[in-house]
Amino acid sequence: MDNALRFRDDAPHEEPAVTLDAFIGQTNAGAVRLESDEDARKLIPYLGQLALIEVAFPKFRDGRGYSAARILREAGYTGELRAAGDVLVDQIPFMRRCGFDSFAPEADIDADALGRALAHYEHVYQKAADGRSPVWALRHG
Amino acid sequence: MYKYDEYDQAIVDARVEEFRDQVQRRLAGEISEDQFKPLRLMNGLYLQLHAYMLRIAVPYGTMDSRQMRMLAHIARKYDRDYGHFTTRQNIQYNWIKLEDAPDILADLASVEMHAIQTSGNCIRNTTSDQFAGAAADEVTDPRPWAELLRQWSTFHPEFSYLPRKFKIAVIAAEEDRAAMRLHDIGLQLYHNDAGELGFRVFVGGGMGRTPMVAPVIREFLPTADFLSYLEACLRVYNRYGRRDNIYKARIKILVHELGAAEYARQVEEEWAHVKTLGLDPPPGEFERIAAQFAPPAFETGIADTVDRSDPDFAVWLDQNVKAHKQPGYAIVNISLKPVGGIPGDASSAQIDLMADLAETYSFDELRVTHAQNIVLPHVKKAELYAVWQKLAAADLASANLDLISDIIACPGLDYCSLANARSIPLAQKIAKRFESLDRQRDLGELKLKISGCINACGHHHAGHIGILGVDRKGTENYQLLLGGSGAEDASLGRITGPGFDEDGVVDAIERTVEKYRTLRTDGERFLDTYRRVGMDPFKEAIYG
Amino acid sequence: MKLLTGNDLKTGDVVWWTGSDWSRHVAEAADVDGHGEAIAAEEEAARRVNAPYVIDGEQTPQGPRPGHIKDRIRALGPTVRLDLNIKPADPKAGSWVI
Repeated sequence: MDNALRFRDDAPHEEPAVTLDAFIGQTNAGAVRLESDEDARKLIPYLGQLALIEVAFPKFRDGRGYSAARILREAGYTGELRAAGDVLVDQIPFMRRCGFDSFAPEADIDADALGRALAHYEHVYQKAADGRSPVWALRHG
Repeated sequence: MYKYDEYDQAIVDARVEEFRDQVQRRLAGEISEDQFKPLRLMNGLYLQLHAYMLRIAVPYGTMDSRQMRMLAHIARKYDRDYGHFTTRQNIQYNWIKLEDAPDILADLASVEMHAIQTSGNCIRNTTSDQFAGAAADEVTDPRPWAELLRQWSTFHPEFSYLPRKFKIAVIAAEEDRAAMRLHDIGLQLYHNDAGELGFRVFVGGGMGRTPMVAPVIREFLPTADFLSYLEACLRVYNRYGRRDNIYKARIKILVHELGAAEYARQVEEEWAHVKTLGLDPPPGEFERIAAQFAPPAFETGIADTVDRSDPDFAVWLDQNVKAHKQPGYAIVNISLKPVGGIPGDASSAQIDLMADLAETYSFDELRVTHAQNIVLPHVKKAELYAVWQKLAAADLASANLDLISDIIACPGLDYCSLANARSIPLAQKIAKRFESLDRQRDLGELKLKISGCINACGHHHAGHIGILGVDRKGTENYQLLLGGSGAEDASLGRITGPGFDEDGVVDAIERTVEKYRTLRTDGERFLDTYRRVGMDPFKEAIYG
Repeated sequence: MKLLTGNDLKTGDVVWWTGSDWSRHVAEAADVDGHGEAIAAEEEAARRVNAPYVIDGEQTPQGPRPGHIKDRIRALGPTVRLDLNIKPADPKAGSWVI
């Protein structure tokens, strides 16, 4: 997989991701791909067996995948959650906050630019799926 | 007023550096205009007709004099010595250079200001009642809730690539001075029968191509977990709002297509889950913010009367000064609508003067209104005359608040790349036609609103009289609408019939208001008369 | 005639293609009939212009005049602030737009 950016310590899951329909039909796969118009909640009964969920971003303006990621993390999914497609460097910080921990962008991501993008904000206002403490929690100990 | 702590300041400072980085990458060719556009828009930077335009956030319309002076400084240093106050309580500049934008943001950050999310398909600046904290009729100050919303919505990781832009307004009075029901989400604070404070939640209002007045989707939302409820509202929208057609992407279309009851049901279902996640700040956070909006140190036992012996002052007093909840004080409205002027524009000298007046006479506070005017919220009645004299010397004492010449107008084709027709010259012609203040006051409250295209930035649907500019085979043409309101009696205007050229629409307005004068009963506003008699008599007066 | 226009990437200024470069003045604009899109693509890629597009215009004794009012306003400046126009000294500038 070219351009892969992975923020996990475990070994990459090499099994190709199947479509949601194929997955629901057989349910023994360990990797599934969710299109942007598909309902992430359909995967909730199977999260324990999944090692990789790939969420499609057909256009960078299509933000449905951010909600899909949070829904999966809020349901307890701990496997690899990959954003794939039209993923831009300035979006990756938000995606990380929503629970994505690997990225398969169509176009090359400049490593320096990504490093800077991820380092800009020491503080965040909201609790999200990345475990960071929002400023209201820091303010009130 | 809210003051940044180290965290707020760190976030705004980081934003300056992030945007500086993004601009450099654009200028170096590392990102394309298509990729840069959403990034610059999320920082309020447009490419308009003559240059870049920068929109700066004025959260819930509240500023102090230091911030106001910074707006004058930006106008002088980076623009052409003026700014334009907008219907969303913000300010925008028309002649900005892309290469200057990061420095402007750095200047803004030095006074706790920014341009974050003043455009783009994200949650925009939360608007509120310009009389908040001063209004005699409010149940509480809505601004602490608006500040909680500002923080919650700033760089919200899940809701920064929504199907379309998203506007929230919060008010705390029965009288709606913020066009709350014409927002994607409108929140009205009130006490229920048990005496508890909560929100009535309206979702799916808006103007634009398909105007809608928002329905209630929850009659009473307790304040404690309102952010998780909004999180649920937005999540349903982010997942199911239409992305196939930009003209159908606003939440109003989703709510309309699902029906308010079904949308509300989906939100409740999502909320049942979301509110278990601990997303809501603790009560102490609200208390921390609310403490900063404590009333200023009003003097008590001071004179509650005003010397009306100067007749020009008395007219301004009656028209532009409103009741304050504190005896001895009043709310001053500064009209940015002089006859012949550009609605909402102020020179840097005028901006500085208004800052000075706020510092001297209004506990250092100013407000921007959705009608593109400025408010000094806390002025001692004994000092009103002095304030008026200083305003008059700067062409800021037009006594026309809510009268026919207090026109909301979008920038139109003089500035905007989306516009089909010019709005400002028409506003000027109408104001000129009705220049006589006696005539304006005889006509009474008459909210006239002009948009230069169907996007409705000039709120034409919500005007008692509305005007929509269209392009008819390359020439400017104007449709006339009657009967809209953005207030608590919200309604959408109806088109009278065929459109007019610029002079024709001014004549049509004159025929309309003259007809109203013959039809009105005692105390009836134009809007009341229209609602009583309907469109037909006006149509006949206009088209004969 | 066809005119090629856009905005300067760094400053946002309205600019017109003269045949060899960009000018702030529409009077210096060249007829780009048939090759405007190619120039636009090349100049945009070189980051010498932002958001270029080709419009209809006509040749007049005063020089090229854009066919649509929007581009005439772009060429001149806002009709409500003639003091900010590109030719603020010209009292007849406003009537050129309408």
